[in-house]
Amino acid sequence: MDITNYVVLACILFAIGATTVLLRRNAIVVFMGVELMLNATNLVFVTFARIHGDLTGQVLAFFVMVVAAAEVVVGLAIIVTIFRTRRSASVDDVNLLHG
Amino acid sequence: MTPDMAGMTTSGGEAFLFWVLAPLMVLAALGLLFVRRAVHAALCIVFVMVSLAIMYIASSAPFLGVVQVVVYTGAVMMLFLFVLMLVGVDASDSLTETIRGQRWIGLLLGLGLAVVLIGVVSQAAFRPGTPLTEDQVANPVGLARVLFGDYVLAMETVGVLLVTAAMGALMLTHRRRLEPKRTQRYVAEQRVKALPEGGTLTPLPAPGVYAQTNAMDVPALGPDGRPLEHSVSRVLRIRGQEKAAPASLVETGPAGEVSTVRTGTDGGEDA
Amino acid sequence: MNDVIGYAPWLVGFPLVGAAVLLLGGRALDKWGHWIGVLASSASALLGGWLLFRMIGADPAERVADQRLWTWMSAGGLDVDLGLRLDPLSMTFVMLVTFVGTLIHFYSVEYMAHDPHRRRFFAYLNLFIAAMLVLVLADSYLVLFVGWEGVGLASYLLIGFWDHKRPNAVAAKKAFVMNRVGDMGLIVAMALLFAHTGALDFGTLFDAGDAGAGEGLAEATGAVSTLDQGTATAVGLALLLAACGKSAQFPLQAWLGDAMAGPTPVSALIHAATMVTAGVYLLVRSGPILDAAPTAQLVIVIVGTVTLIFGAIIGCAKDDIKKALAASTMSQIGYMMLAAGLGPVGYAFAIFHLLTHGFFKAGLFLGAGSVMHGMKDEVNMRGFGALRRVMPLTAWSMFFGWLAILGIPPFSGFWSKDKIIEAAFTGEGWQPWVFGGAALIGAGITAFYMTRLMTMTFWGRPRWTEPEYHPHESPALMVWPQVILAVGSIALGGVLAFGDVFTTWLEPSVGHVEHHEPVLSVPVLMGATIAVVVVGALVGYLMYRRDVPAEAPRGSVLTRAARRDLFQDTVNEGLVMKPGQGVTAVLVTADTGVVARGWGVLAVGLAGLGAWLRRAQTGYVRAYAASMAAGVLIIGAVIVLVATLGPTAGA
Repeated sequence: MDITNYVVLACILFAIGATTVLLRRNAIVVFMGVELMLNATNLVFVTFARIHGDLTGQVLAFFVMVVAAAEVVVGLAIIVTIFRTRRSASVDDVNLLHG
Repeated sequence: MTPDMAGMTTSGGEAFLFWVLAPLMVLAALGLLFVRRAVHAALCIVFVMVSLAIMYIASSAPFLGVVQVVVYTGAVMMLFLFVLMLVGVDASDSLTETIRGQRWIGLLLGLGLAVVLIGVVSQAAFRPGTPLTEDQVANPVGLARVLFGDYVLAMETVGVLLVTAAMGALMLTHRRRLEPKRTQRYVAEQRVKALPEGGTLTPLPAPGVYAQTNAMDVPALGPDGRPLEHSVSRVLRIRGQEKAAPASLVETGPAGEVSTVRTGTDGGEDA
Repeated sequence: MNDVIGYAPWLVGFPLVGAAVLLLGGRALDKWGHWIGVLASSASALLGGWLLFRMIGADPAERVADQRLWTWMSAGGLDVDLGLRLDPLSMTFVMLVTFVGTLIHFYSVEYMAHDPHRRRFFAYLNLFIAAMLVLVLADSYLVLFVGWEGVGLASYLLIGFWDHKRPNAVAAKKAFVMNRVGDMGLIVAMALLFAHTGALDFGTLFDAGDAGAGEGLAEATGAVSTLDQGTATAVGLALLLAACGKSAQFPLQAWLGDAMAGPTPVSALIHAATMVTAGVYLLVRSGPILDAAPTAQLVIVIVGTVTLIFGAIIGCAKDDIKKALAASTMSQIGYMMLAAGLGPVGYAFAIFHLLTHGFFKAGLFLGAGSVMHGMKDEVNMRGFGALRRVMPLTAWSMFFGWLAILGIPPFSGFWSKDKIIEAAFTGEGWQPWVFGGAALIGAGITAFYMTRLMTMTFWGRPRWTEPEYHPHESPALMVWPQVILAVGSIALGGVLAFGDVFTTWLEPSVGHVEHHEPVLSVPVLMGATIAVVVVGALVGYLMYRRDVPAEAPRGSVLTRAARRDLFQDTVNEGLVMKPGQGVTAVLVTADTGVVARGWGVLAVGLAGLGAWLRRAQTGYVRAYAASMAAGVLIIGAVIVLVATLGPTAGA
């Protein structure tokens, strides 16, 4: 099997994650879409590390994971705060910044 | 992308693993798009993440596979589920679109993104690579060398970032107390005050009719044999998952009075 | 002289500090601030007197002293030093300005006693004194220009001192604008000089090094001598334009009559004695340039002659006592210009007449102010008459001023004016006959209108009634300056003319003059002048001795024209104002119609575009995310296309 199939799989997962961000309204699900995109990039990093025989790709994937963890913490905290004040987790309810 | 390049092909076993896992992962990922409930979406993504961990291990990255399981499925997704429990269990997400044209635009953009990315991958000419040695794969020492050698500064920075994020989350979710603390005495006094308006002094009754069922979704029966609606959890009631009390225990009398038929255990005596 | 020149800056410094204190001091100084102004002016006058004393004591060769205070600007080839030049010419002016100025300061204390803004008035007066001293003490054209503009500013402020009255504000503006026209001439002259000689200071321009400094300008071989005829003529004409603006000479004379709207002390100091003579000073100071440009000199003589006749004719028809005096000033300055245009033979007499005129005209103006003070600010002479009985001191002082301006020997005016008429008759060909004749006739007309003024005011029968007007002699502070100036009118000319003291004194500045024989012999000319003057005075007395109608009769064509200042305003309006207004109207229409409307349309269009684009801002995060994704997609697509097509295109 061609090893680039991993990359193709990552592309598909990335596109699905992006579509989730665009289509879902529940902020938590939108967040999951973002996580899916991050995971897809991680898969690409790991695959290329394997192709090139260079561990740097894995290190970068590791960093992505850590940063994603931090991002999730803050993001979910924001969601909780918004939910407290507006009683809603829908991203469409936060639309005061319109022209 | 010639098959005879070194390190560009996989063993048969790995290929089998890939072809089994990949379609399932895509399906689960699509579930993120189409399921109504956020909890289901979370489960779908947990599946994708665990599968990714397996793939990492198959792709000569056992350490990352472990980290994937621990950090993502273990920590991040649990955090997601916690928050779901906090905010959204009784709010179900409707899939009808409110922004005009957003659905088609979103689908089009997603598809286009997939096509372009796959196009890039298929167009790309990969340099002949050198596969990872067995030594590099077997233990995380090599990874640690890179991590704490070349990237030590980034490593420290990321550590600071994590602490900052934790502090930020604390700040964001912190709530200033706007009213006096509800002490036990305060609660008791409030209950006594509420008595004339039909409040109760005692805690709410627990659900379930123990003679026939032990479930949370069945209301308890009062001393008069009537089912006590407020004994069932509010969440279940809103969701409509509440079940009726067993019909045999409730009977409507001729005058509209409800009377309890004594069968087996005497519920009235129990109360 | 060099040992005391260090004090010269204080001549300017005292009044400048006085003006600053008075302007910045605020209302706290309202009660006694005017004494600060008097003190500053007096200090300047005393210092000037001491410096004059030292200069008289100095050797004539050492009477010119320059002091460089500091470098003002240094740019490329242009080095302008801020410096002062003390020489007999500037010293003469310093004395005139500070002495007459101080007298008028004292006079103003009483004259402006009831004005709520007296402090401001004295601040402006001090400012004027400072600016005028800068003008006359300057050692370069650029510093002179500073003073030139400074006196223009002070004149503007003082003419418009009662600016709550519209005519006064308009008169101030008129004076300022017409002065600007003249200032253009000075700027052009400076530019020409700098372009051709690279210097603007008098030392470089006029003096032939140290050796020539004391020998006078007749032998000057400074940088000016390198100018060719055409350039010198151009510079001379530009300087003439400047002088015309400042000295109210034809054709820029129209502002002087209106400037009488200012308080009378201002008219006496600025618009009779000092500032309006700055043009004459400028021409005399620039003598070496004019000597090299006979054409320019001829034009100056023509301008002077035209103005002296012009002013004299206007003076005959004015019923406003101040405007009659203003016309007289214009005419007398015409005499000075005529003398200045005659070359070295006339410079000294121009300055001499300037000096005597400064005294007797200031005295006449102060007398007029005194009359107005007693007559409830009435200026129409048809309402006066027989005032000599109620204000004798004023009448006597004006009487001597009258004798002086007429040129009756031995009063001041005789010594200076007669010399100018004499000089006008000097030369060859047609010129002495025309200019000399005009000067002679002008003297006759002067005698007529001044006698008319005196007769209508002080002699004849009273045309005022007691309850309505209560004429009375002015307070001592107003009378004594008049008396002092009257003494000057009587004696100054004779004292200075005795043994040619004054012309000798001026030699270091304007050069030595060889005596030229006029075309007629001197006694004949003198006799003719006196005869003409006596005839003019007699006619004036006999015409206005009897009843003067309260309403001016219609009069002849010439009278009506003269009452309207010989149509000077009509001409100005027709030639300059109306076309200017037309151009402005066209520009305004173009601006509102095309430019403003164009921008308006542009703004409305942009606002519409903005309102349309605003709809893209829905506020929905997902819509923004979609646009971001679209951007990523486009970039990705471009990369793919470039990667696919690039090598093909290259091959």
